[in-house]
Amino acid sequence: MTKTINLTLKIWRQSGPDRKGRLDTYPATDISTDMSFLEMLDVINEKLTLAGKDPIAYDHDCREGICGMCGAVVNGRAHGPEKGTTLCQLHMRHFSDGDTVVVEPWRAKAFPIIKDLVVDRSAFDIIIQAGGFISANTGGAQDANAIPAPQAAAEKAMDAAACIGCGACVAACPNAAAMLFTGAKISHLALLPQGRPEAAKRAINMLKTMDRLGFGNCTNERECEAECPKEISIVNIARMNREFLMASFFSEEN
Amino acid sequence: MRRDKISETISREKKMNWMIQTLWSSIGKKLLMALTGLAFCGFLAGHLAGNLTIYGGKDAFNSYAEHLHALGPVLTLMEWGLLVFAVVHVCAGLTLFYQNFRARTSRYAVNKWAGGRTIGSATMPYTGILLLTFIILHLINFHFVDKTNTTIYQIVAQTFENPFYVVIYILAMIVAAVHVSHGLWSAFQTIGANHIKYMPFIMALSIIFSLAVGFGFGIIPIYLSFAG
Repeated sequence: MTKTINLTLKIWRQSGPDRKGRLDTYPATDISTDMSFLEMLDVINEKLTLAGKDPIAYDHDCREGICGMCGAVVNGRAHGPEKGTTLCQLHMRHFSDGDTVVVEPWRAKAFPIIKDLVVDRSAFDIIIQAGGFISANTGGAQDANAIPAPQAAAEKAMDAAACIGCGACVAACPNAAAMLFTGAKISHLALLPQGRPEAAKRAINMLKTMDRLGFGNCTNERECEAECPKEISIVNIARMNREFLMASFFSEEN
Repeated sequence: MRRDKISETISREKKMNWMIQTLWSSIGKKLLMALTGLAFCGFLAGHLAGNLTIYGGKDAFNSYAEHLHALGPVLTLMEWGLLVFAVVHVCAGLTLFYQNFRARTSRYAVNKWAGGRTIGSATMPYTGILLLTFIILHLINFHFVDKTNTTIYQIVAQTFENPFYVVIYILAMIVAAVHVSHGLWSAFQTIGANHIKYMPFIMALSIIFSLAVGFGFGIIPIYLSFAG
């Protein structure tokens, strides 16, 4: 038989973007420890729905830790207390019977709350639109390996590309900065030969766009790297700083 | 749409001087913090080396001060340089502090450190403001003071006869050590110098340097209050 636990949940409820929110208390009884955090919320929501109440709104999609849709701050930790784990992959076995669990949305001016635990992360899309791509003419597919990329660089680019854009870095940053996200996206393309032709322009445009979106500034607190479910390193932030400064001072872009 | 508005603003900005644009960006302001901060670390190292002559006795310390003042215009230039750096460091720091405060308008009910923050990193703006206050006091004590018919050793020894100043100076040096423990490695990260081979050395250097600052400067008031 599976083990079950009882919890007290304190969940941020906010009916709309400009409404006042508050922490509401919900008992969570007979929660199987094999459930994921989101499955536990589903159980609560089913009870709320049957009681004719408004269920808790939260974002989710793949529920296997790769899409970047889910996320909430659980007891002060983005995506909960487990390292390198998204909220959907956090299992209830990491909680003890009788625990009080506080669930809050990502809090950042650049990520306005839509409802309850759902925030608007379109600021990330705007950063990507400013340069998080390469320009390639369409046509017949190029031969594989026509552009040689060193294996080590490809690996580092892949590590940066592991970013799922969930926003935990912003949520965890004491300054609500988006440097780890932007750093990962700039690094991912800067490391590969395909990304080099537009590297200077990309670094400048993405960084300036990030600055305009109301995120904070990096003070090297390293909370982002500690909370990132994909364990992306702040080495990527240093690379972005390098790319931006080199582009600003030594390229013809501005 | 938000995106169009932002790209419009950016293309308007791009007609401005590129240097102003670069230095006013988030990374630009951080670059100013890092470069001026590193310069202050260099200054601290020099200041500490000079202060250590106090263990050589009254004459060694006074002769160090004499040699320093013999630099004349070079010393004046360095003093003005430090003042300019201080203004840049403080202004950029306060701007970043204000912007960071504004970036999160609603606070978390539960705040926890995930393992990245240190006492140094979490207190940078506060230790910075405390240090600024201390530096003003320090300049009043030893720089803007009547130096006729007396030696610098006498001034220092007299100041530290007062236990109030001994305590203030020791506390200030603890604050300086905490500030430097995050500031030094952070400066390297900001200028983009994060390298797998050198980063462990830079992190260790930050700790060693902050201990050197804390103990090196901090023990002098204790020494003088006993050796008088």
